[in-house]
Amino acid sequence: MYDATAGQEGTAGRLLQRLLHLDLMLAAGLLLVLALGFVVLYSASGGNPDMLYRQGVRAALGLTVMLVLARFPHPHLCQGSPWIYFLVVLSLLVVMFFGQVSNGAQRWLDLGLFRFQPSELMKLAMPMMLAWYFSERPLPPRPRELAVAGVIMAVPVVLIARQPDLGTALLVAGSGLVVIFLAGIRWRILMGLAAAGLAMVPLLWHFMRDYQRQRVLTLLNPESDPLGAGYHIIQSKIAIGSGGLYGKGWLNGTQSQLEFLPERSTDFIFAVFAEEFGLFGVLVLLALYLFVILRGLVIAARAQDTYARLLAGSLSCTFFIYVFVNMGMVSGLLPVVGVPLPLVSYGGTSMVTLMAAFGMLMSIQSHRRLLAR
Amino acid sequence: MKMNERGTTVKPWRRTFVLAAFAFAFATVVVRGVDLQVLQQDFLRSEGEARQLRVVSLPAHRGMITDRNGEPLAMSTPVDTVWAHPGKALTDPQGLAALARVLEMDAQALRRRLERRAGREFVYLRRHVTPETGRQVAALEIPGVGLQREYHRYYPFGEVTAHVLGFTDIDDRGLAGLELAFDDHLSGQVGAKRVLQDRHGRIIRDVESIRPARPGKDLRLTIDQRIQYLAYRELKAAVVAHGARGGSLVLLDARTGGILAMANQPSFNPNNRDTLQPGRTRNRAVTDSIEPGSTMKPFTVVAALESGRFGPGSQLETGPGYFRVGEALVRDHRNYGTIDLRTLLVKSSNVGAARLALKLEPRRLWETFYAVGFGRRTGSGFPGEAHGRLRDFLYWREVEQATMAFGYGLSVSVLQLAQAYAALANDGVLVPVHFTPDEVSYREPRRVMSQATARSVVRMLEGVVSPEGTASRAAVEGYRVAGKTGTARKLGSDGYAEGRHRALFAGMAPASDPRLVMVVMIDEPAGEEYYGGQVAAPVFSRVMQGALRLMDIPPDDLPELRTVSGPERRAPA
Repeated sequence: MYDATAGQEGTAGRLLQRLLHLDLMLAAGLLLVLALGFVVLYSASGGNPDMLYRQGVRAALGLTVMLVLARFPHPHLCQGSPWIYFLVVLSLLVVMFFGQVSNGAQRWLDLGLFRFQPSELMKLAMPMMLAWYFSERPLPPRPRELAVAGVIMAVPVVLIARQPDLGTALLVAGSGLVVIFLAGIRWRILMGLAAAGLAMVPLLWHFMRDYQRQRVLTLLNPESDPLGAGYHIIQSKIAIGSGGLYGKGWLNGTQSQLEFLPERSTDFIFAVFAEEFGLFGVLVLLALYLFVILRGLVIAARAQDTYARLLAGSLSCTFFIYVFVNMGMVSGLLPVVGVPLPLVSYGGTSMVTLMAAFGMLMSIQSHRRLLAR
Repeated sequence: MKMNERGTTVKPWRRTFVLAAFAFAFATVVVRGVDLQVLQQDFLRSEGEARQLRVVSLPAHRGMITDRNGEPLAMSTPVDTVWAHPGKALTDPQGLAALARVLEMDAQALRRRLERRAGREFVYLRRHVTPETGRQVAALEIPGVGLQREYHRYYPFGEVTAHVLGFTDIDDRGLAGLELAFDDHLSGQVGAKRVLQDRHGRIIRDVESIRPARPGKDLRLTIDQRIQYLAYRELKAAVVAHGARGGSLVLLDARTGGILAMANQPSFNPNNRDTLQPGRTRNRAVTDSIEPGSTMKPFTVVAALESGRFGPGSQLETGPGYFRVGEALVRDHRNYGTIDLRTLLVKSSNVGAARLALKLEPRRLWETFYAVGFGRRTGSGFPGEAHGRLRDFLYWREVEQATMAFGYGLSVSVLQLAQAYAALANDGVLVPVHFTPDEVSYREPRRVMSQATARSVVRMLEGVVSPEGTASRAAVEGYRVAGKTGTARKLGSDGYAEGRHRALFAGMAPASDPRLVMVVMIDEPAGEEYYGGQVAAPVFSRVMQGALRLMDIPPDDLPELRTVSGPERRAPA
């Protein structure tokens, strides 16, 4: 066992940290968000016991994964990172040739016991791989290293984008970019890349599928097709707006309860929450998320080696991106890209992936003293 | 930018940048929250309510029409109407296929129909299906397909009462007949309520009542369904037997003016809209004007008696059986010689009637005709009622005055003719005809001739039904019957056509104290027989016999009555 008693936390925190390698503040924030998530899911699912049970199993699985990873010293993670990355890239290739088609996209890998999406795992494997790569090299990265990092990013992103799953591809790319940014990319290069990125927009548009273009167009003018593509956005804006300052009260959100709101227990669960708990509820939820993210950044700041710092920073930022993209899309600021609200939306893969990320954060926090020695 | 050393923190600007990005993003979400939930709240709430609140109409039951004894003649039965929101319904192809099976429609056709109307929000798929089919449709739970409760008008007696009642349109509004005339009375007021609906249009709960549904009021008619049926059956049988084009029959209660039966041929089935053809749906007894022929003669006699210059015994010279008025030739069947007014009616002498009319002031004749209701509507309120043609006496030519005396040169409806005979039957008091009880459609009765004149003419008309008269076949066993035949030649394209007639009989029973008045008209009987006494009188006899029995009217011509008290007229009540 590693000794982690030297923290400044209280007795209970020390005890938990020693026994479970648990970061008390992060865990408290997570559990509060999870609890809130169940409250909303109860309403959004119409009290469906089956859905609540399954979500409970997922939360339990996620917590277990988190606890296991928290015990796992991150230097081992660092060594394992390239292997994990290659394994996930391999499974993406397998998906491309043997994966299951569902909803017109080939994303799932059936392992007999369960199905999973390798693209989800890439959300973790990508920052791990890049953090490992940069941890071995002098920082800030030179152009050659940036080029290598670019290739590391591009391979899975292209594979995922071709499934097609543009949303996940962009998020995976985002998690990689965050690592590169945190690794200390030079301003000039950053600006140059940003300019290149903007120049790529028309090209990207060219390669987008019709439904993806439709989503972007719909965002710009949802009323153009109120019964079709714009329906989601209009309905969720109505639901959020109907909530007002204080909300309609738990289980009283008519827009969501009467099934006007599509995907109300998965991607659009934020609208249910906003309708029933109002602006004040939204602020409370935002505060909880902010607390979790800031704690993640604190952990990153305190981390004592490059791998840990980059990984912790990247995971926290990615979490933030999920929250912001989901809320942005549900409230009509961003296109509908299919990003669930972290820890709240109904769904398995993202729950487990997120909890694994928090497990790594905890591992980084609880093992740092030892490594500093 | 310097080289970063291992173990040190991220450069401050980079940390600041990250935190600034976070702050900006969260601020954006918060601003958006305030925008939607505070600034746009009212608008978005009303948008939400527009989606979840719906005003549904509460169907109101149309009133029932019954006969005088409460027998239902028209009633509204609940049915379901299947409608769809094309955009939503088209998302469920399997459901639509199942729906087509339930509704017995072609699946392809149903689909095409929805696709053609894809821009609409409401399309009728099938109206008026049975509640059982409605339940099957509801069980399919197809998005965007709903049911609406409506009422379907059902006429238990079908074609028997078809002309009197008329019919309603698919929305149960009166289109013809009494359904139209009394539409305001019968139709209910549709109610409305606000309900909470879910996305599939299913009603979750009521929110408020806007106005309650008020069912329509029932309407009781003066029709007696038993007599109506009898009248229809006999009229139809006669029309068929004589190969006639059509026919009409009106039976009145002489004392009240109430219409007890009104039948026409050809008829239609009001329960089946496919049979609604103008030629069949017309209530000819009310809407068609005909030349009454000899059935007009009693009113010529009335005018003569009322003038005071003639009595029942006054003699008229009809020899040699014809005479010329202007360019027209008035003829009798044979030369009746010198006859009294009774014989004029019993033998139906055209010459006698014409001569009599020419001896009267045109104004006197016109006044009598107009008083008994010719040339103006009866006021029954029946839609499309004819007023007939009775020219002002100022414009009469001599020939007109002569021919009107035996029923040519003017026109009347069968209902008008019946009403006029009812005035004779009712001791000279005309009680306006009506379809509904007096309290609904009361109009003041009016005396149109003296009691003595009326009784005298009825007495004369009894002779018509005697063996010596033209209508012995109108007789009814056990009752004294008075009446008049008519055989009117029909107008062709140029003048009166040969071989095309209307056979008429107008009469009443029991003649000692008339209670029932009936007019039978058969249009263009095709066979050997075409006289009113041959074609119309037997119908009168059979229907009158049944009606007298059904109305429980005591006989006045039983052998024992004849021997005990004689054929004396009872004093009017």
